[in-house]
Amino acid sequence: MSAASLSSSISVIRAASFANDKPALVSSARPPSSAFLGSSAGLRFDPLSSSAAGAGLRPSPVVAAAAANVVKEKQPRSSPSGSNLLITKEEGLELYEDMVLGRAFEDMCAQMYYRGKMFGFVHLYNGQEAVSTGFIKLLKQEDSVVSTYRDHVHALSKGVPARQVMSELFGKETGCCRGQGGSMHMFSKEHNLIGGFAFIGEGIPIATGAAFTSKYKREVLKEEGCDHVTVAFFGDGTCNNGQFFECLNMAQLWKLPIIFVVENNLWAIGMSHLRATSDPQIWKKGPAFGMPGVHVDGMDVLKVREVAKEAVERARRGEGPTLVECETYRFRGHSLADPDELREPAEKAKYAARDPITALKKYMIESNLVSEAELKAIDKKIDEVVEDAVEFADASPPPPRSQLLENVFADPKGFGIGPDGRYRCEDPKFTEGTAKV
Amino acid sequence: MLSILRREAAAGCSDAVLLRERLRRSCAAATARLRGYATAAKEMTVREALNTALDEEMSADPRVFLMGEEVGEYQGAYKKFGPERVVDTPITEAGFTGIGVGAAYYGLRPVVEFMTFNFAMQAIDHIINSAAKMNYMSAGNISVPIVFRGPNGAAAGVGAQHSQCYAAWYGSCPGLKVLAPYSSEDARGLLKAAIRDPDPVVFLENELIYGERFPVSAEALDSSFCLPIGKAKIEREGKDVTITAFSKMVGLSLEAAEILAKEGISAEVINLLSIRPLDRPTINASVRKTSRLVTVEEGFPQHGVGAEIGMSIIEDSFGYLDAPIERITGADVPMPYAANLERMALPQIEDIVRAAKRVCHRSVPMAATA
Repeated sequence: MSAASLSSSISVIRAASFANDKPALVSSARPPSSAFLGSSAGLRFDPLSSSAAGAGLRPSPVVAAAAANVVKEKQPRSSPSGSNLLITKEEGLELYEDMVLGRAFEDMCAQMYYRGKMFGFVHLYNGQEAVSTGFIKLLKQEDSVVSTYRDHVHALSKGVPARQVMSELFGKETGCCRGQGGSMHMFSKEHNLIGGFAFIGEGIPIATGAAFTSKYKREVLKEEGCDHVTVAFFGDGTCNNGQFFECLNMAQLWKLPIIFVVENNLWAIGMSHLRATSDPQIWKKGPAFGMPGVHVDGMDVLKVREVAKEAVERARRGEGPTLVECETYRFRGHSLADPDELREPAEKAKYAARDPITALKKYMIESNLVSEAELKAIDKKIDEVVEDAVEFADASPPPPRSQLLENVFADPKGFGIGPDGRYRCEDPKFTEGTAKV
Repeated sequence: MLSILRREAAAGCSDAVLLRERLRRSCAAATARLRGYATAAKEMTVREALNTALDEEMSADPRVFLMGEEVGEYQGAYKKFGPERVVDTPITEAGFTGIGVGAAYYGLRPVVEFMTFNFAMQAIDHIINSAAKMNYMSAGNISVPIVFRGPNGAAAGVGAQHSQCYAAWYGSCPGLKVLAPYSSEDARGLLKAAIRDPDPVVFLENELIYGERFPVSAEALDSSFCLPIGKAKIEREGKDVTITAFSKMVGLSLEAAEILAKEGISAEVINLLSIRPLDRPTINASVRKTSRLVTVEEGFPQHGVGAEIGMSIIEDSFGYLDAPIERITGADVPMPYAANLERMALPQIEDIVRAAKRVCHRSVPMAATA
């Protein structure tokens, strides 16, 4: 199969996924001068793993017509002003800055780990920045993000200050969880980030619960206009886990405002996705439960953003969940302790060439959205932010001994919290046996 | 007591379980008299107590909702509260428990019901890792005001996979509160406290006492009634031996205490109510008074609740003990199905009586229960 025919077949499949909605949104569209690569399918199912060759890539003939429309509608027009481009300059700079922050931060984490400042399990996000930035930059503060152990960049994109994340990684008191969570357990109530679950699949029902709460608040508690959505990030390995399917079912059953984002980086620690999964095309599992399943190139932040926009709008309108499979790749090993020997250098090189940051940079420069100097200025600024975060974390004190036993319970005395918000047992009129109000 | 039994037997009721039930009921009435509820005209089954408690809490706070399998069949509350607040789920414990925990993170107050706690093993990752540990991992930022409830322990003839008692497993986990009510008043008060509590609570009920009637005081009927979490109740005062128990075993212990009283041993029966936090002060104070301890539980012996209580006494009141601590537990086997084997695998009143006599150094030779 040539790459060209594969790319057309993949765009057909994408159109089919959003059958009820405007199919145009799912195609990839950019000015011809950009070097953004097209469909990545040809790269996915190439000789690296023969078992997936020809696995269900036949385009459905029914939607061929729709595909033709897709291609025609989104013919890019060259424009001097940039008004027909996918993003404005401000948006472009925001996306660029967020991705560079993620990359610089993770690189610094690696340095710090090898210097012994960070310890335990640390899972880095290098290479996958487009997914985090593409989705999270569309969300409001009240929207929730639920992640896994690979959560540093989700935290940063959602707005948790880099200082707090770095301190948390160093295990210092000034961390977002006061050093009690660590790399895998980043939580922020203020930013609605439920960052960290060590068990794969554990975050998915939690995210579904967050979406359930949003719907409950609107319908039962009558909070007008509560349209908070939840985005759940997880990997390809999780898609074989039972909880994933349980939640796809319930989310669609109750039309919950949630977007299930699969960061398919092809590897679950050392287990290749293609060796572990009977049908490796994860987006197909959405329609099996009655929700749209979308497949998008996760190394291209603009494509991710387009898909994300539609999925988030769907959820806000109350139309229910969406399953988005982002093809992406992690440039480093599973964790900093992973020697990363199982992946072929050829595969790694292929994806390194599709670095999302380089790609966005190239796009913005070639469309005359920004100048090199502006991007360099951002690079410099981010370097300073990260350096500052490290200095801050270094200078912060470790948690005091008294913190060990704190916060096991919200109400440690167990007698309940009275209507005035204080512990009941502190009320002088509290009698033992039966508590009266 | 025995005369009642003989009359029942004469009436043709030879079924051992039915007999046990009737014995228990007549003992419940007897214990009511012992507790001195002079004006208690109102009786309530445990089931009614739980239902009324849930009903009142759901009416008082719109954030409280019930979630579980077949909860919609829930005594008409479905009609009252609607499907958004009484959420019938598919058979997906891991999924819906996680959904409940996620909702609790964001400020709702779910009551997740398991058909039995055996099924909760499919969701135990969420109970422990997402719920119990969350307040700690987030340094107090995100609390989890959720209640996990359901029947715990053995029912009648339901076999090995439906009969385990989980008090010890959940009781060992920091971040969880574990409650085990016995009477209707306990059930009402503790469930209300659990729902109002800002932390995850595991509420262990018992299938076999759902239908049992207990007298309830007028206070207990008030909608703001709740019992404190972490305090045990002394069901019967005594001075010779302390018997601790929870859930169904409290009933058996009270009956054993009656039998012991006739033999001149005054037993103090403590209803633990709260497995975690354990009311160590009350238990220790009682043992310091009586100098002897027998712990009773239905679960497996190794690493059980009795082991923890025993160690607590050794740590705090060793000098007060006049005899080694005895623990009565279920047998160290998965629950068998045959009725006679099941009887042998669970504590019976005779076992408690014998253990109490042993610690009082008035033992009879140990014989296997027939």
